[in-house]
Amino acid sequence: MTDGIDDKDKRRFLIAATTTVGAVGFGFAVWPFLASLKPSARTQAAGAPVEIDISKLEDGQRLIVEWRGKPVWIVKRTEKMLADLDTLTPKLRDINSEESIQPDYAKNITRSMKPEYLVVVGICTHLGCSPSYVKTTDAHDLGEDWKGGFFCPCHGSFFDLAGRVYLGVPAPTNLVVPPHTYLSDTRILVGVDPQAGVA
Amino acid sequence: MKNILTASLEWVDARFPLSKMWNEHLAQYYAPKNFNFWYYFGSLALVLLIMQIFTGIFLAGNYKPDAALAFGSVEYIMRDVNYGWLIRYMHSTGASFFFLFIYLHMFRALLYGSYKKPRELIWLIGMLIYVCLMAESFLGYLLPWGQMSYWGAQVIISLFGAIPVIGEELAVWVRGDYVIGDTTLNRFFAYHVVLVPIILLALAVVHIIALHEVGSNNPDGIDIKKHKDPKTGIPLDGIPFHPYYTVKDIVGIVVFLIFFSIIIFYMPEFHGYFLEYNNFVPADPMKTPAHIEPSWYFTPFYAILRAVPDKFLGVIAMGAAIVVLFFLPWLDRSPVRSIRYKGWIFKTALALFVISFFGLAYLGMNAPTPLRTDFARLFSAIYFGFFLLMPWYSKLDKTKPVPERVTDR
Repeated sequence: MTDGIDDKDKRRFLIAATTTVGAVGFGFAVWPFLASLKPSARTQAAGAPVEIDISKLEDGQRLIVEWRGKPVWIVKRTEKMLADLDTLTPKLRDINSEESIQPDYAKNITRSMKPEYLVVVGICTHLGCSPSYVKTTDAHDLGEDWKGGFFCPCHGSFFDLAGRVYLGVPAPTNLVVPPHTYLSDTRILVGVDPQAGVA
Repeated sequence: MKNILTASLEWVDARFPLSKMWNEHLAQYYAPKNFNFWYYFGSLALVLLIMQIFTGIFLAGNYKPDAALAFGSVEYIMRDVNYGWLIRYMHSTGASFFFLFIYLHMFRALLYGSYKKPRELIWLIGMLIYVCLMAESFLGYLLPWGQMSYWGAQVIISLFGAIPVIGEELAVWVRGDYVIGDTTLNRFFAYHVVLVPIILLALAVVHIIALHEVGSNNPDGIDIKKHKDPKTGIPLDGIPFHPYYTVKDIVGIVVFLIFFSIIIFYMPEFHGYFLEYNNFVPADPMKTPAHIEPSWYFTPFYAILRAVPDKFLGVIAMGAAIVVLFFLPWLDRSPVRSIRYKGWIFKTALALFVISFFGLAYLGMNAPTPLRTDFARLFSAIYFGFFLLMPWYSKLDKTKPVPERVTDR
């Protein structure tokens, strides 16, 4: 094709230049389409904080509320349940929640601000199923020494009553603790950090 | 006076290569004369593709891709739209049959070495069709907005989250939301009815053009172009596709329609395999069903995912199970194509592979127990071993001499 052309270098330069400019233009044209698939302004706004009344929770009871389309659980733990947490240490993967997601104020053994109340996002860290709450008093086949906790029916992951994952199950990390604040002794605001504000 | 039809055809032929295309792909496309049962499934898959698009158009006419309305609109189709139940069952049963035929079609290639030189590209295009088909069925499965739709999609999209660093953001980008929601449903509908069908149709055309360029393989794995009639240049073992194989394929279609009708009219859910029972419950983002499983055609890969105790590696293993298929033409080092002339090593390997594929399918449909997980690991090892060890065992294998001309079996 370039036979008989005097200035091949110039032609090659022009081809390279137009191709580069064209590629940049293509990139600019593609971006709006890719970006349009990200969560819209309305979707982002729907993630507003949720206020929850916990005054009616019984011992051992779990409350499920919706926050950003996800289930958030509040479990009122008894003294016995809290005492059992320490006995599980050898069976857990991330005992001190080093690799898990939680606000700093929940990075402790009970994974909570107030040991009595567990606040976690009820979505398995494996593939997003919502685990079942299995108490020691429920009928279950999870073994004699089951201390109560959560069992994911999808792929068989276990979590203790602090949302900490057991060893040898597919879920990689502990359940996520969402940012939350106590407005009073009986009211929790999920989605807001005590200091930093709306997450 | 010339016949008006002949005249019209001549008028068109002068402007568009209609007769030329008819001859190239049907009347003068010479296919080996020894096609057997296994050669039905290509044409049947094409029939299914057309049927899915056709029934899909009618379903889209009544369906509402809105999280608040979707489940109800499917029930509306089932109860109130005239013959809506029939069209929907054709579409849902058609999806399962499509996969059945594609699997049998792929197995045929495995039996007779149809992926080997010079048909590597046909195999690659076919694999792309298979991947698109998986995407299409996954997207379509969300649309009824039942419990299984919702949680199945939740699990599969969470797989993106296993990718380090960008994973979570990628998953949000795919969903358009932090969880599966209205946005996800709306865009999946768009992909399911516009994007993927266009790609599938284009790939199917390319698949056939590539096939007709090099010519069809046959159960003996012999190149029929080696022996041509010296006068006409037509392969001695070839017969024109039309009318010989069009007629044969119509017989296949009739038999298929009999089985298809039995399922549509008497067992449209097919014991929960074609339509899962949990999907008759509207999607509830707060509650996962006690037992979730993918559609039967995904269960082998799902079992591989579960067999690996690590989230990221599990996703890698599942992806690799599909990716490895793409390399098949270069893994098989056997000098012969057809299993008829391969030795006991390949036959044993193929038998083990089939057993492990069915085993994985079974395990993927059932809840994991320690024993089942051990079996899933064993079968996964065989699955990968079949492909990854193939360069060695296919070379070691003692093959039989291949005849010059096709046999009459």
